[in-house]
Amino acid sequence: MNIEVRQPQRNAKARVGIFDCDIHPKSALEDLRPYLSNRWWDYLQTYGQRQRHGYVKGFPYPKSQPLASRRDSWPPGGGLPASDLDFMREQHLDFYGIECGIMNPLSPTGQGEQNDELSAAMAFASNEDQLERWNKREPRLKASVVIPYENGELAVKEIRRRAGDRRFAHVLFLSRTSELLGKRRYWPIFEAAVEAGFPIGVHVFGSSGRPMSNTGWPSFYIEEITEHSASLQASVASLIVEGVFERYPELKIVLIEAGFAWIPPLGWRLDQNWKRMKDEVPHLRKAPSEYLREHFWVSTQPMEESEEPDHVLDVMEWIGWDKILFASDYPHWDFDDPFLALPPSLSEERRNQIYCGNAKALYRFD
Amino acid sequence: MSMTGAIDCDVHPTVPDMKALVPYLDDFWRETVEERGINSLETVTYPPNAPLTARPEWRDKNGRAATAAPELTAQVCDRWGAAFAILNCLYGVGLLFSEDMAAAFTRALNDWVAKEWLDRDPRLRASIVLPLQNTEYAVDEIERCAKDKRFVQILVLAMQEVPLGRRHLWPIYAAAERHGLPLGIHAGSTYRHSITSLGWPSYYIEDYASHTQAFQSQVASLVCEGVFAKYPGLRVVLLESGVTWLPGFLWRFSKFWRGVRSEVPWVDRSPAEIVRDHVRLTTQPFDAPPDADGVERLIEHLRSDAILLYASDFPHWQFDGDETVPAGIPAALRRKILVENPLATYDRLNDG
Repeated sequence: MNIEVRQPQRNAKARVGIFDCDIHPKSALEDLRPYLSNRWWDYLQTYGQRQRHGYVKGFPYPKSQPLASRRDSWPPGGGLPASDLDFMREQHLDFYGIECGIMNPLSPTGQGEQNDELSAAMAFASNEDQLERWNKREPRLKASVVIPYENGELAVKEIRRRAGDRRFAHVLFLSRTSELLGKRRYWPIFEAAVEAGFPIGVHVFGSSGRPMSNTGWPSFYIEEITEHSASLQASVASLIVEGVFERYPELKIVLIEAGFAWIPPLGWRLDQNWKRMKDEVPHLRKAPSEYLREHFWVSTQPMEESEEPDHVLDVMEWIGWDKILFASDYPHWDFDDPFLALPPSLSEERRNQIYCGNAKALYRFD
Repeated sequence: MSMTGAIDCDVHPTVPDMKALVPYLDDFWRETVEERGINSLETVTYPPNAPLTARPEWRDKNGRAATAAPELTAQVCDRWGAAFAILNCLYGVGLLFSEDMAAAFTRALNDWVAKEWLDRDPRLRASIVLPLQNTEYAVDEIERCAKDKRFVQILVLAMQEVPLGRRHLWPIYAAAERHGLPLGIHAGSTYRHSITSLGWPSYYIEDYASHTQAFQSQVASLVCEGVFAKYPGLRVVLLESGVTWLPGFLWRFSKFWRGVRSEVPWVDRSPAEIVRDHVRLTTQPFDAPPDADGVERLIEHLRSDAILLYASDFPHWQFDGDETVPAGIPAALRRKILVENPLATYDRLNDG
């Protein structure tokens, strides 16, 4: 049984403008038509997208709600959740005083598509669509540079196309890449992102085609969503240990929707083993936890809820108050309400850092 | 500080090579080993010469450690004061694909442990290594070895072909529950998949970090599939897992359970509660910051006095000197970790 929770009444007093680092606008395939060649439009009509999980529509771990969305996010005028800008303004942007929102479109973007060229064509189209149908009409919404991340050459092309364009916030990966993110095949993408002045945003999901965990395929959706944090642990370790940050000291990575309580223990474990086995990684000049501290940011959603409220504050302290970015995940069912999600005992200063200060500093939108 | 009565819940006997197991094989398998040149089942989970695999001062002239009982008990019991030590043999029988070969070699392995280790020192206990390749064979091995009360646990590696909660494995848990044997899940892999869900890491430091991810998946699987609902008497011990990943993981897992619990209706209370009731963790390694204050906070995050079990993880190199118990663990908790919690977890230890 699902209980609809009434929207909280907005505080009359103006709050600080919120930076929401994770919003999922929904465009239809038809919306991408103007930006796709006939070749790829026709291809899509005949052969369609082929995601590695195997379904034409839907997922082998079916979501808990249709389109994984809040039941109240279906626009009253029709259409899919987050497809209607006016309704998005009413229900989310204006309602919460979102000063700036970063769009991380999940589909149709072609990310993880088996065909690299199709993936690249759809990435381009998705980026144009974000600019023309979303950012242009609503400048509060910044775009992500969608890239065909499994092909370095084609991804670099798309990043270079967008270099210096301040309407874009970051370069977007989905987390279930076919190799660990620290592997060399992804290095040209990091190089291009740094050159272009973009952080990298890694958002959970995607389909690598590998089993969902390192011990095979789980049975349930609840396992899938819980274990995103486990795959990010692997990729974060990889980025650090491969020496990616020695190579690209300006590289910044934002982890989106992966949780964050796992970050300190990962740093400690890597440190302990690095102390004893430094000879394996002579290219690392610092402790792994230092790279972790310097190069990674985390989004708040889904907000970690410790059984005792103080405990999550310990974790936030360990990660660094300047590394935490507010995100709502609108319109998904596990959406974090900006007014309710943050631990209530946070000081005003910390709250504001998380709501906007940290994102402003990272993304430099002013 | 006194270690009187301490129980070391994770130590590792080293199989010198397949020749050691040959006396415990029947004629067919003895011939097989010889004819096919099967010399070694050592795995790359612990590269023989890697620092983590063994402290330098514990290695013999061949570079091996813990190859015989006296050597192990001298360190673990005499020097570090354990009254009992539980042997978890990690020899790579779990990686074999042939079910019959796996069963034969696993039987030989368990017999070798009984003869060369348990018989040599009354302070030693052991886990029954299971041929998980075939559920029936695994149950047979439990029934066979459970007769020897010095076997106190069943043992599997953390990375398998399928998550451990899967239903076709349940006869194993039924047998374990029946015999009062906890399920021991130890860091390691059967190499059915890449050791991370995103592929193969380049460096051993990342490799060793990948085990905590497997433990997370295994805990989720056992809870979500309903293993504890079906086998309320089953206990699970996570061996060499790192410990500090657990609280954060349980927060996320429990939160999602609140959101999507209708998918797993047999999970009738918070995963955090189920885990505190059924799951225990050994203390080495303890992935923590170097400051004692951090360690204390982490212990509080665990929200259970009963959850930690003392282990040295000998001969793996997890600490220096004689710092067997991680610094910063509150004194009040020591006796629980060293003695009471292990006794409460391993029924058979109470029989003396």
